[in-house]
Amino acid sequence: MTAITRNAGAQAGVDGFLACYDALKDALPGDPGVREKAAASFRLLGLPGGTAARRTEAWKYTSLRSVAETAFATRVERGFSIDLSASTATFSRFAAQAAFGPLARPDRDPMVALNTMLAEDGAVLHVPADTDGGVVRIDSDSHGPHAFHPRHAIRLEAGARLVVLETATGTGRYLHNAVTEIDVGAGAHLTHIRLQDESLDAFHFATIYADIADSGTYDGFSLVIGGRIARTEIHARLSGKNAVAHMNGAQLLTGNQHADFSSVVRHDAPHGSSRQTVKNVLGGRSRGVFQGRIEVARDAQKTDGYQMNQALLLSPDAEIDSKPELEIFADDVKCSHGATVGALDAEQLFYLRSRGVPEGEAQAMLVRAFLSDALDFVSDETIRSTLENSVGAWWERQAA
Amino acid sequence: MLEIRGLTASIGEKPILKGIDLTVPDGEVHAIMGPNGAGKSTLGYVLSGRDDYTVTGGSVVYNGVDLLDMAPEQRAAAGVFLAFQAPIELPGVNNANFLRTALNAIRRAHGESELDAVQFLKLARIETKRLAMPDDMLKRNVNVGFSGGEKKRNEVLQMALLRPSLAILDETDSGLDIDALRIVADGVNALRAPTFSALVITHHQRLLDRLVPNRVHVLAHGRIVRSGGPELARELEKNGYADLLAEAA
Repeated sequence: MTAITRNAGAQAGVDGFLACYDALKDALPGDPGVREKAAASFRLLGLPGGTAARRTEAWKYTSLRSVAETAFATRVERGFSIDLSASTATFSRFAAQAAFGPLARPDRDPMVALNTMLAEDGAVLHVPADTDGGVVRIDSDSHGPHAFHPRHAIRLEAGARLVVLETATGTGRYLHNAVTEIDVGAGAHLTHIRLQDESLDAFHFATIYADIADSGTYDGFSLVIGGRIARTEIHARLSGKNAVAHMNGAQLLTGNQHADFSSVVRHDAPHGSSRQTVKNVLGGRSRGVFQGRIEVARDAQKTDGYQMNQALLLSPDAEIDSKPELEIFADDVKCSHGATVGALDAEQLFYLRSRGVPEGEAQAMLVRAFLSDALDFVSDETIRSTLENSVGAWWERQAA
Repeated sequence: MLEIRGLTASIGEKPILKGIDLTVPDGEVHAIMGPNGAGKSTLGYVLSGRDDYTVTGGSVVYNGVDLLDMAPEQRAAAGVFLAFQAPIELPGVNNANFLRTALNAIRRAHGESELDAVQFLKLARIETKRLAMPDDMLKRNVNVGFSGGEKKRNEVLQMALLRPSLAILDETDSGLDIDALRIVADGVNALRAPTFSALVITHHQRLLDRLVPNRVHVLAHGRIVRSGGPELARELEKNGYADLLAEAA
């Protein structure tokens, strides 16, 4: 279906970003050719749902109209701080080199085009071969009404290890539109934990591209509790044999929040394994979206793909949209996917209450129980307890 | 003291309890027997506040307060405990965590200090040992993958820790072997005190041999059709309910 909606305010939003680019472009670091191409793509792609651009399949459930209709300050925030105290990874700023990686697709993804057009800074991390890089924290704390487009890059050489913990918080209305390009070398292991706890007025978009070489592992987990409109988009390519990708997450929403978790896993080599469990807990009038696509190339025999999306609806007005897709060209693979939707179980609630546990506490216990097997994927206990505290804070907030 | 007067309750449009009158004085154990579908489990659920049953009439007063006005957790804090006939599984909820949360909720309601994990485990281990339960049952998810007997013992463990003053045991003996039955009965007997009373719903004399009730009531068609001493249970075991039901009809 092609829905054409002309919206002058929204077009002004797209034009606003383009005008911002025109004003800044001479001062932006890096290859001006890449920027120009991205600007041309952005002009063409527009903001899905917000402008004349057609509503694409990739943005089927998420409209960027309110992003398009918001006037953001042209001054761009730096957008992040970094803590390397527990890490030996080499860090440099994107602004220093402004080297755009080969993985991102500004020609296809509108928010990536916008980022590529306007990115000023970001964290560039590198871990040499056979080195344990420890734990890096990247924190973003924003206070509207800015738009910022951090461009991060993480490269692990063969046999390297790294844990990256990203947090995003803030107040007011702003646009945080990050792109991260990740290279996991042969036998390397990246644990990538993201805590998205943005202002409830903010727009948050994170597009992650990961390429995983032979026997490398990308182990990602995103906890999404903030943002008015948010999207986590992960493109993982298992380019080497025996590569492993985990793209787990939980989205906890309330009020009128909208959060979209979209992923594309591409198995390009044999014996790859991808695992994905995404849990949604939806209260108020919130809306959760899950889109998961597993692509298996002809040569990727013995691929093992698993994908599960589960939603717990705490309110009759909450909504989940779930769209799993499999595209398989190899003939000897094991791929499964599933989705469940439900409410809190009345018998379980009564059982807890009959033991003296007050109703609110009983509900909280069952929500945590629902989330437990997702949070169990986070093996670092300190990080897991940070996430558990955020789950607790979310619960208090939605119960208030 | 538990005083039930003229209690009627239905599920949907269907009346289940049709006027129950029953008094259980403090310190006494009363058995409730009767054929399947008589309303025995419903009585247990209504007393503990499950909301899929609608109370359509009558009163339930426990120690001077009206139970029917209270939420399930308030009834628990007031001392009411229902051992479920089919205990509920809670995947993702650790048994020790569940038990400690429940115990602390009740302690809080009584104005007592909460127990930390160490204090709790010390207490819990005493009870698991008494109930001959392996320690790993505390680490497992509540009732998940438990055998029938383990689930029943887990109910008795909860009762032992929460120390209710009114326990309602809904067929806690069903599915238990002789050893487990003895353990369960010992668990209940250990709680017996002048301030403790119990309603024991059962089909079998063998539990009552160990739990010697003060009174035995026969519930049929939503009413108590006969009450008597412990000898009534033996009589029922021998003759069944048929004569009684014919008599009541």
